[in-house]
Amino acid sequence: MIYEDVSAGSRTRRTLSGAARVLFALKIDGPLVVGLGLIAAFGLVVLYSASGQSIGTVVRTVMRLALGTVAMLVLARVNPNFLRRATPWLYAAGVLLLVVVAAAGHIGMGAQRWLNLGLFRFQPSELMKLAVPMACAWYLHERALPPTWMSLGAMAAIILLPVGLVAVEPDLGTAALIAVAGALVVVLAGLRLRVMVLLLALGALAAWFGWHFMHDYQRRRVATFLNPQTDPLGAGYHIIQSQIAIGSGGIFGKGWMNGSQAQLEFLPERSTDFIFAVVGEEFGLLGLLLLLLLYAFVVARAIYLATQTQDTFARLLAGSIALTFFVYVFINAGMVTGLLPVVGVPLPLVSYGGSSVVTLLAGFGILMALYSRRKLVGS
Amino acid sequence: MPAVRIKDQWREQRLFERRALVCGALMVLAAVVLIGRLVVLQVVRHGYYSELSQGNRVRTEPIPAARGLILDRNGEVVAANQPAYQLELVPEEVPNLQQTLAQLAQLGLIRREEIDELTRTIDSSRSFDSVPIRLRLSDDEVARFAVRRFEFPGIDIKTRQTRWYPSGALAVHALGYVGAISEQDLKHIDRAAYAGTALIGKLGVEDAYERKLHGTNGFREVLVNAQGRSVERQGAFVPNLRTRPPTAGDDLLLSIDLKVQRVAESALAGHRGAVVALDPNNGDVIALVSLPGFDPNLFARGITPAEFGALANDIDRPLFNRALRGTYPPGSTVKPLLALAALTYHVVDPKAHRYCAGSFHLPGSSFIYREYHNEHHGNVDLDEAIVVSCDVYFYGLADALGIDRISAFMAPFGFGRLTGIDIPGEKSGILPSREWKERAFARPADRVWFPGETVSLGIGQGYLSVTPLQLAHYASIIAARGKIWKPHLVSAYRDPRTGRMQRIAPATEGEVPGIAPADWERVVRDMVGVTQRGTAAAIGRAPYTFAGKTGTAQVFTVARTERYNVKNIGERLRDHSWFIAFAPADAPRIALAVIEENGGAGASAAAPIARKVLDSYLLGPDGKLKPAPAPPAPAPPAPAERPPPPPAPAHTQAAAATT
Repeated sequence: MIYEDVSAGSRTRRTLSGAARVLFALKIDGPLVVGLGLIAAFGLVVLYSASGQSIGTVVRTVMRLALGTVAMLVLARVNPNFLRRATPWLYAAGVLLLVVVAAAGHIGMGAQRWLNLGLFRFQPSELMKLAVPMACAWYLHERALPPTWMSLGAMAAIILLPVGLVAVEPDLGTAALIAVAGALVVVLAGLRLRVMVLLLALGALAAWFGWHFMHDYQRRRVATFLNPQTDPLGAGYHIIQSQIAIGSGGIFGKGWMNGSQAQLEFLPERSTDFIFAVVGEEFGLLGLLLLLLLYAFVVARAIYLATQTQDTFARLLAGSIALTFFVYVFINAGMVTGLLPVVGVPLPLVSYGGSSVVTLLAGFGILMALYSRRKLVGS
Repeated sequence: MPAVRIKDQWREQRLFERRALVCGALMVLAAVVLIGRLVVLQVVRHGYYSELSQGNRVRTEPIPAARGLILDRNGEVVAANQPAYQLELVPEEVPNLQQTLAQLAQLGLIRREEIDELTRTIDSSRSFDSVPIRLRLSDDEVARFAVRRFEFPGIDIKTRQTRWYPSGALAVHALGYVGAISEQDLKHIDRAAYAGTALIGKLGVEDAYERKLHGTNGFREVLVNAQGRSVERQGAFVPNLRTRPPTAGDDLLLSIDLKVQRVAESALAGHRGAVVALDPNNGDVIALVSLPGFDPNLFARGITPAEFGALANDIDRPLFNRALRGTYPPGSTVKPLLALAALTYHVVDPKAHRYCAGSFHLPGSSFIYREYHNEHHGNVDLDEAIVVSCDVYFYGLADALGIDRISAFMAPFGFGRLTGIDIPGEKSGILPSREWKERAFARPADRVWFPGETVSLGIGQGYLSVTPLQLAHYASIIAARGKIWKPHLVSAYRDPRTGRMQRIAPATEGEVPGIAPADWERVVRDMVGVTQRGTAAAIGRAPYTFAGKTGTAQVFTVARTERYNVKNIGERLRDHSWFIAFAPADAPRIALAVIEENGGAGASAAAPIARKVLDSYLLGPDGKLKPAPAPPAPAPPAPAERPPPPPAPAHTQAAAATT
């Protein structure tokens, strides 16, 4: 009896079905939101400890999360077709802003990355993290896949223009992430294996050349990655201290707010780029596995959503957003554990600061929009 | 690949899914690598990283041991400890040393001129040790640093014990002083033992007994943050930290009597000179004065270059320890010794008179040796010659003895060699002999001993030179009728916790051999005569009998090293005034030597000073002779090395030489 089922059902079930209806109306994917929410919650707990028990830091992070959530909710309701049509304008605007930054940007951290909008500083490079894969997907949307050489040339231009602008800021980490986001679209579009090998070889060559044009601190980062012990008090200090933090955490960790490396400030940038090490020190291997499990769930769910979309633009963009999220996590964890060189990539949803949280949640909003409107797309 | 391709949504969907699958597989692979890395860090190498993390947060800080106190024989404190603020720097925690030091100089906490020296000291220290860079901060300076502390990682204000000399310059040349540990010091000390200590003994007792005074450092583990600041706790966790208390250094008891020392210093005040008073029964140094002195507190608090320059360039040379290092001709003070030699070798008949007409010359020589102030003593025998200090008599006596017997006889009395006092730096002076002259001169013509040089020795001039300490030592050997004790300043150690005393047995060096008791008494009687009717009779009668001998040394050693200064030249070319004495004459408790540089004749300048010192030591508050102290339980005297006795007196030769 259907009537009985609904009326006699537990309060929990009624609540859940109610929530499901609300989520559907908002075009929000429940499991993804739950996954993101759990990561953010865990992140806040860690951040409170990592910031030296600064409630202000936590509050500011909550505000950024709220801003990101709003962006996510808004973007989730946007019609994907509108989004697609707006893509070239968005991309063009982004490139323009990057040029403005390069010309007259606010000077901070020895690099020009920000536009001061009065209330907050806006990083155009953050916008490009989304605009570049969107532009790539938009370009490929009308064309048959796998991409032709002609298409590849166009993609290279679309990707390398903003990447070049960001790299000269200089912000090598973000430039790499933008390139990765764009490249993932191309890979998902069916780039042939032999072309990929060729491009990787070219990339290696470019890296060799690039070394000669790098800033000193960038070279040091690479050199330090290759052998951190050579300069234990200089650039290698970050890596050594973060490995000590993680290693001394052991399986169960030293306990919340008890990590000596983090609390006594041996760990540099403990609440930003190196917060992964704080998790490892205070919550141990189990804490890190839990965090990685949450990330894995979010990535898996995002990829699943991507496969359910039904046009090229949606598929490629959604897939790129999902994979980029994984790349963020892997690069950050890899650098903190000493697997990768130190590049300024925050741990998504956990690291303090920056506008990356907003970009990230905005990306997931787009992903949800693409997924929830799939029925509307004709085949 | 077809020339015109048509978009095939179904095929593209499959392509996308294949790609997503491959990406998924790659991600799983990446995750496995990452987790593998975490297992390596957190499980396999957990122990290693735990240790590193422990080493990061726990720093071992030394707790410096309290330096032993120094007290005089009556228990009066001469060197104490006083807490003071000092600025310390841990080299490995300072990001930019030069810049940091420059900033400290700007704040006026260190002097710009000492940056180089500080840099060297810091560079030669261990990077994790706290290096004191400024001692004795004033309250104002502490406040000035405190407000800017955050700008100076690795630098902190510490409370430390510093040395304090309550009596200032009193006995400074015996006591020495402590000063900042220098690069030189770092080469020969155990750095771990001196971690957290800024000061080390530099001279005198402070230097000689450094090991005893220093004690053993303790340590304390403290929790530190990355800036090297110690913190109370880390997050919610208070760790278990170890400590070991330090063991304080031993206190030293000096044989010096500060009351006597004060009397001696004030009696000599305003002059350059030295006073050394010894106990002839055990070698105790009762007073050791060298004036002018200086305030050792200057060094203990960190002397400024200007202050040091003023001391070092002072024409009166306050840093120069005249008592141990000033060498002067002894003048007539050696006459009793030469008389003793003549008696022992039977060179003269003590009753025989010689006529003193004020001058002496060797047969076959036209050179004339004059009497002091051209006096005429008329007919004098040996006793009278000592009492009136007749130079003519002793010219002949020395000539009769000959250089070989003179130098052999004088050697056991400590001439020409170190007394072995327990503080460093003493000089040996010169006891001339044929061998000495052959060694000391380069030109063959100079290396031969001339008889005329022996004549000068008769009145303590010529090549002979002694330190005031040596002369006091000689006086004490006469006083003790030949017993030789090694002079010493420290008579006991005291454990500051238990108060247990450990006496240091006085070290004997045996006895001067081969001198008849009657000869001792004769010479002592003559020296008593000096103070009663002779050259020192002017200093008056005392409630005790005392023996003495005046001396007048012609200036050449000290003047030679002084800078030429027209204004001072007159005064500084005057003779040095000597006086040696011991009392009471029959059972001496104190023997001393006094020199007043450029003081003129011994009788007028040095003798009154000696009298004051003797009075202060021997007389009670009632002005009467204090009863003799009960001799301490006879400690087995430690035999020490001593030179071979002089050759047996050659009677026949002596008789032949006597004319």
